[in-house]
Amino acid sequence: MFAWFANPDRFMRLSAWALPIAAALAVVLFAIGLPWSFLFAPPDFRQGESVRIMFIHVPAAWWALGIYVFMGAASLMGLVWKHALADVAARAAAPIGAAYAALCLITGSFWGATTWGTWWEWDARLTSMLVLFLTYLGYIALWAAIEDEQRAARLAAILCLGGLLNIPIVKFSVDWWNSLHQTASILRSGGSAMDASMMQPLFVMALAYLFAFIALLFAGMRAHVYRRRAVTAALRRARAS
Amino acid sequence: MTMWRSVSAVFRRDLRLAWAGGGAAAPLGFFAGATTLVPLAVGPDLKTLALIGPSLLWVTVALAALMILERLFQADLEDGSLDQLHLVDAPLEFIVAAKGAALWTAIGLPLALASLPAALALQTPPHATIAVAIGLLIGLAAFIGFGLFGAALAAGVRRGGVLIAILVLPFFAPPIIFGAAAASKAASEGLGAPGFLLLCGCALAGVALGPIGAAAALRQQTG
Amino acid sequence: MRVDVESLAIERGELRLFENLSFTAAPGAHVALTGANGTGKTSLLRALAGFLAPSAGTIRFSIEEPAAQTHFLGHRDGLKGALEVREHLMFWRDLFGGADDPAEALARVGLTRVADLPARALSAGQSRRLSLARLLVAERPLWLLDEPAAGLDTAGKALLADLIAAHRMTGGVVIAAVHEPLGAPDVDVRLGA
Repeated sequence: MFAWFANPDRFMRLSAWALPIAAALAVVLFAIGLPWSFLFAPPDFRQGESVRIMFIHVPAAWWALGIYVFMGAASLMGLVWKHALADVAARAAAPIGAAYAALCLITGSFWGATTWGTWWEWDARLTSMLVLFLTYLGYIALWAAIEDEQRAARLAAILCLGGLLNIPIVKFSVDWWNSLHQTASILRSGGSAMDASMMQPLFVMALAYLFAFIALLFAGMRAHVYRRRAVTAALRRARAS
Repeated sequence: MTMWRSVSAVFRRDLRLAWAGGGAAAPLGFFAGATTLVPLAVGPDLKTLALIGPSLLWVTVALAALMILERLFQADLEDGSLDQLHLVDAPLEFIVAAKGAALWTAIGLPLALASLPAALALQTPPHATIAVAIGLLIGLAAFIGFGLFGAALAAGVRRGGVLIAILVLPFFAPPIIFGAAAASKAASEGLGAPGFLLLCGCALAGVALGPIGAAAALRQQTG
Repeated sequence: MRVDVESLAIERGELRLFENLSFTAAPGAHVALTGANGTGKTSLLRALAGFLAPSAGTIRFSIEEPAAQTHFLGHRDGLKGALEVREHLMFWRDLFGGADDPAEALARVGLTRVADLPARALSAGQSRRLSLARLLVAERPLWLLDEPAAGLDTAGKALLADLIAAHRMTGGVVIAAVHEPLGAPDVDVRLGA
């Protein structure tokens, strides 16, 4: 299926109509999820209204991780089967993943300010997310630093797979570190059992984030394919003249 | 047999190069300078220094390790010797590991030695300094192992030092967590401090996986 | 030692340098690669050394693990300025699993007098002679030479021609990218024609 999809022309035709559908779905889901989270979901009896940040924060955290796993799969395909489109997919996904991670960190900071009275709590989840954000930055920086696109694609894919191995190690070490230094137990967003009245808008928001990712991914991939075609055409003209 | 001869030739040459170029002097000087700045910044209060000293040693050693990575493969790529390393009757992974081992011996060992007086100056109890230095030596194996990976990825990038730093810092996080935790408990628990075994695990992972990743990256650098 | 190149194509970036290139190097052959700048001579040599993957076609060697049987002499000499001339040869001998005495190789390329100098003290021609000595400290059947005469004086060029002739006598193959003819090649591969 991936091989079928990896043909750039087929991808361009398919994404031409898949992109607006994904974008429309994202808009509709946000239009349902945002008011639901901020107006209709009940406030938490301990955390009050600030619990609503969770509806922005938690899906961003989920998909920041999910997108990196997606990039790892795309990188593996790019390395093993040399599908140029897989490289393009990983490359286009990275800034979106970084943005989700940044959104997660920023909302986490707001959360900390209202709930714990500090703008940055060195909590295990936030710290892991910070390292994931750094991993995204490194991946983007490597792409930007290497001129030869094919070589950049291979090297970025190798880095991405290395980072994928590193993530669980970071997660484990940060949890360990947190348990070592923790003085008071902190109530965490996803930790306690949640009522269905909160789970439902959370899932709507998670779906909205997913379709926003798909729409942005297709847009980014299409831009890369167009740019590559333009470069190839320019090179052909240069050779012909 | 020829394989080990090749690997040991690379080890000996890199060892010789590290010292011939005065390579070990720069990270050592950096380490000494950075540890001098710390009391100047936080004040000479001995209790505060004792509290943060071991952690600061870990941060400065990690930064010193970053310094030596930029030229590691870049120099070989620029002068053409990287091509030669691909034509050896030994897996490239072993050649890369030999380069890392040479770096660890030429620069890691002196850094760990230099951490002994530095730890004393930062108010680590004398009986704990050895444990702190051993931890740093093992940590340097992890830093250099993961550093090989970052250095190989950025070998073709001019002024790639900053890029290497961004690439490897996420990999430095686990060893620095375990290492610094073990170091700050070294006074009471020595090498049995929590985190020490996990640090050794990180070093093993770095030593084993770093050269594999680095060799995969270097194969892309010769085209 | 025998090399068969069949319908080879190489691309750099989006650019196809050449395609459908075929030639054979029999034991003792000297293949000259000629062609203007940018026609892919260096890329072809790098593909033969296994440094880059061709986009189409095949390269077949009569030996197993050709990379470990290849000497590659590129534009850059692969020297470390801080190391002495003799140290370079001892390193290469060990690296490539050779058994020959570096002193002999040094004498052959006329660098005995500077054996104890660091490589940074060498002139361009001397550096090139030192990298020629690399071909002598470990016997390998396939020599890939990229503009090997660059920087060499008349005597140096004569030396190079002698080395190539001697290597061919042992059944070795020489594939060299050249601007001016070097010795008497028996296969001429013209790129970009």
